[in-house]
Amino acid sequence: MHEHDVVVVGAGGAGLRAAIAAQEAGADVAMVSKLHPVRSHTGAAEGGINAALRDADSWEDHAYDTMKGSDYLGDAPAVEALCQESPEEVIRLEHWGMPFSREDDGRVSQRPFGGLSFPRTTYAGAETGHQMLHTMYEQVVKRGITVYDEWHVMDLAVTDEDDPAERTCHGVVAYDIQSGEISGFRAKDGVILATGGMGQVFDHTTNAVANTGDGVAMAYRAGVPMEDMEFIQFHPTTLPSTGVLISEGVRGEGGILYNEDGERFMFEHGYANNDGELASRDVVSRAELTEVNEGRGIEDEYVHLDMRHLGEERILDRLENILHLAEDFEGADGLTEPMPVKPGQHYAMGGIETNEFGETVIDGLYAAGECACASVHGANRLGGNALPELIVFGKRAGRHAAGEEMGEAEVTTGRSSDWEPADYEFGVEVGETDGSDPAAADGGAVATDAESVVGGAVDRAQERVDELLSRKGRNHAEIRSAVQETMTANVNVFREEGRLEETLEDLREAREAYKDVAVSDPSRTFNTDLIHTIETRNILDLAEALTMGALAREEFRGAHWRKEHQERKDEEWLKHTLISWNDGEPELWYKPVVLEGENKTYEPKSRSY
Amino acid sequence: MSTQIPKQTEESTETDAEAEPASKGDERRAEKRRRAAERREQRQAEEAEKAAADESTVELKVFRYDPQVEGKQEPRFDTFHVPFTKGMTVLDALMYARDTYDSSLTFRHSCRQAVCGSDAMFVNGGQKLACKTQISDLDEPVRVEPLPHAEVTKDLVVDMEHFYDQMEAVEPYFQTNEYPDGELEEQRQDRENREKIKMSTRCIWCGACMSSCNIAAGDNEYLGPAAINKAYRFAMDEREGEEMKQKRLEIIEQEHGVWRCQTQFSCTEVCPKDIPLTEHIQELKREAVKNNLKFW
Repeated sequence: MHEHDVVVVGAGGAGLRAAIAAQEAGADVAMVSKLHPVRSHTGAAEGGINAALRDADSWEDHAYDTMKGSDYLGDAPAVEALCQESPEEVIRLEHWGMPFSREDDGRVSQRPFGGLSFPRTTYAGAETGHQMLHTMYEQVVKRGITVYDEWHVMDLAVTDEDDPAERTCHGVVAYDIQSGEISGFRAKDGVILATGGMGQVFDHTTNAVANTGDGVAMAYRAGVPMEDMEFIQFHPTTLPSTGVLISEGVRGEGGILYNEDGERFMFEHGYANNDGELASRDVVSRAELTEVNEGRGIEDEYVHLDMRHLGEERILDRLENILHLAEDFEGADGLTEPMPVKPGQHYAMGGIETNEFGETVIDGLYAAGECACASVHGANRLGGNALPELIVFGKRAGRHAAGEEMGEAEVTTGRSSDWEPADYEFGVEVGETDGSDPAAADGGAVATDAESVVGGAVDRAQERVDELLSRKGRNHAEIRSAVQETMTANVNVFREEGRLEETLEDLREAREAYKDVAVSDPSRTFNTDLIHTIETRNILDLAEALTMGALAREEFRGAHWRKEHQERKDEEWLKHTLISWNDGEPELWYKPVVLEGENKTYEPKSRSY
Repeated sequence: MSTQIPKQTEESTETDAEAEPASKGDERRAEKRRRAAERREQRQAEEAEKAAADESTVELKVFRYDPQVEGKQEPRFDTFHVPFTKGMTVLDALMYARDTYDSSLTFRHSCRQAVCGSDAMFVNGGQKLACKTQISDLDEPVRVEPLPHAEVTKDLVVDMEHFYDQMEAVEPYFQTNEYPDGELEEQRQDRENREKIKMSTRCIWCGACMSSCNIAAGDNEYLGPAAINKAYRFAMDEREGEEMKQKRLEIIEQEHGVWRCQTQFSCTEVCPKDIPLTEHIQELKREAVKNNLKFW
């Protein structure tokens, strides 16, 4: 068994920042990741990092824009922390050598992004995430932080008190992909989940193949509620054939969207009369699909994003990477022709319920980055707000886990006095199916001393792997693609009740099928068949929770559009959706959103761009 | 076990005559299962049909090896026939083969967009990133092997440890003694200087260059093109300052550093991010010479 003060799961932007912060606070830190750190999907982020750096800008304006963008479902204390601390974190990255794009005077450049009242998005060409990821990994190397790369974390080691709020996390159990060895990792001070996105729940996504939401699913089964899972961002500009992302930076620099008739539809069809292409992402995605659905799409599928008028020099200076992506993955030359784009799954606003220090309801368990929900993005994330979230909340979680005193949290976790049970009846059975994958369920350790809790988790993981490798059964790939297909068909930009219910049925069927899943590759060496099979279980749990949230939330807010409920209902719905696994019988409940900030209350206003 | 196009299964699905449905919901589900099974069968039939028609199928010959599994301990090539679709990359074809024919087929991949650097392979005799290599640009059969000059872990997966060790040997992190006073004050950098290091910062650690390099193949201690490029990225960054540049040049001038390079340009040719690696190495040699003259 390995032993460290703090164990960070995942080595993308949030994980790297958390590890550095925990080590600076004096902890012995280890990172455990199924990928080598530089392979993490933070590297694919293109556009930039929002930070109120200049005198004419302020964190207050950034917070206002973010609350508005969130459609008033962000929690103000978390949003304000993001906006207050982003500037110092961005400058820290610069001091660590990150090659930001520069102005003539040598200062860091900033550009306009959707939903922002000031051009405050700092960037490094159209490869900001790549530069950020490598810069932070360099710092991890410099500090000699231990990295267990290509170790897949299978489960958390958590005690089994009835009330999740009384449980403690003592570590994780991980599978060494290289050797097939299963090992416990005892974390004396805390486990930080930083496992990133869950885009593989859908089949048209900008996310990597590795983005299967492992951390969210593990925390969920251990008893941590999942928050606001129904809020999925569909990015308006992804390449139709692969889902590869074309940065919002293209529109930030002046790129224009056209329909088949050559109309600049954002204005000409009145979707966003002020901001046009730079309206919030949810607004632009719905506009594009409306154009396609009303017969004005190109090949009935996509629209055109044109940046030719920006000129070669500007494109090469600020958007060069976009030229390569459009050429390599869609065969389009952005200098001489418009690029085909359509909406694709991009980001999960929801995730593991945390407070503004990254703490979950389980003692010793933290989450930061896309897998977490603090909540800074509410119902819709603004472009350029994901990368600052990684560094601000990665740092906070790292420090807190290492034992630094950080004061009282204002955002609550778990069921405090103002929780509210949901009275929504799902027509379909949800949750655990009998006899499926028993070892994967719940925290479940009977023992309470740390060593035995971790030991028990290791034994259960070993049992599960042995079972999957030895039995005969179905291949996971078919189940995974059935989930992705139904989610993309029915839980997309436009959502309606009947089809959401149908999806829950499809997912039930997939769960039934998963009961017979087996791994046909018998090898202990680099068995990706096994890893993918374990991931598919996570995808199933997340897809179901996401669909449950989408059904229950009978309103239209931010990225969540419902055919039957065409307006935002502030009377009833200024609250977060939470889903507790509840030992296999998922339970839906609510808690109010926190709109009171440090100096002001963010009054919900109508959201037009 | 060479993989053939799967025969379409004739058995009907098992749901047909199962226990009587207990409720409307069960009936609906049973009906849905039936429809899903039909769709699945239809899809498989279509796939098999497509794969059988020669022109629309691509033939892959893929290197297979597993140190533990009987029958795979001796390296061999398996043949896969994959239905061709427009825009298909080598990675797409491998994923199709794995998900449809043989789930034990093993390769690293993640982002699918040439930024995570996981899937460098030896395709038709050249180091390529599988995700950005179009099948239509290749001669058939497409031969896919693990990166040469690296130890094979399994199938197309190689051990990257040596590559990582070399990357980390050049102190690959920003160092300076000259930070601005204010905590919120950034260091200034000229646009030209940022431009100068730009290409070098694009490295995705895929290992294609190291695999293509004859010198690296013969001298295991040679830093290799990627690590030297990393050193270049810092040595040329004006923000680090002159003092640090001296230190950088000392690192790359060591016995197994820049002077080993024989300017064969193979690294530059295979780099999927178009980094002018050989030029960077040459420039460091020149800098080192200038620097040494200065101290005479």
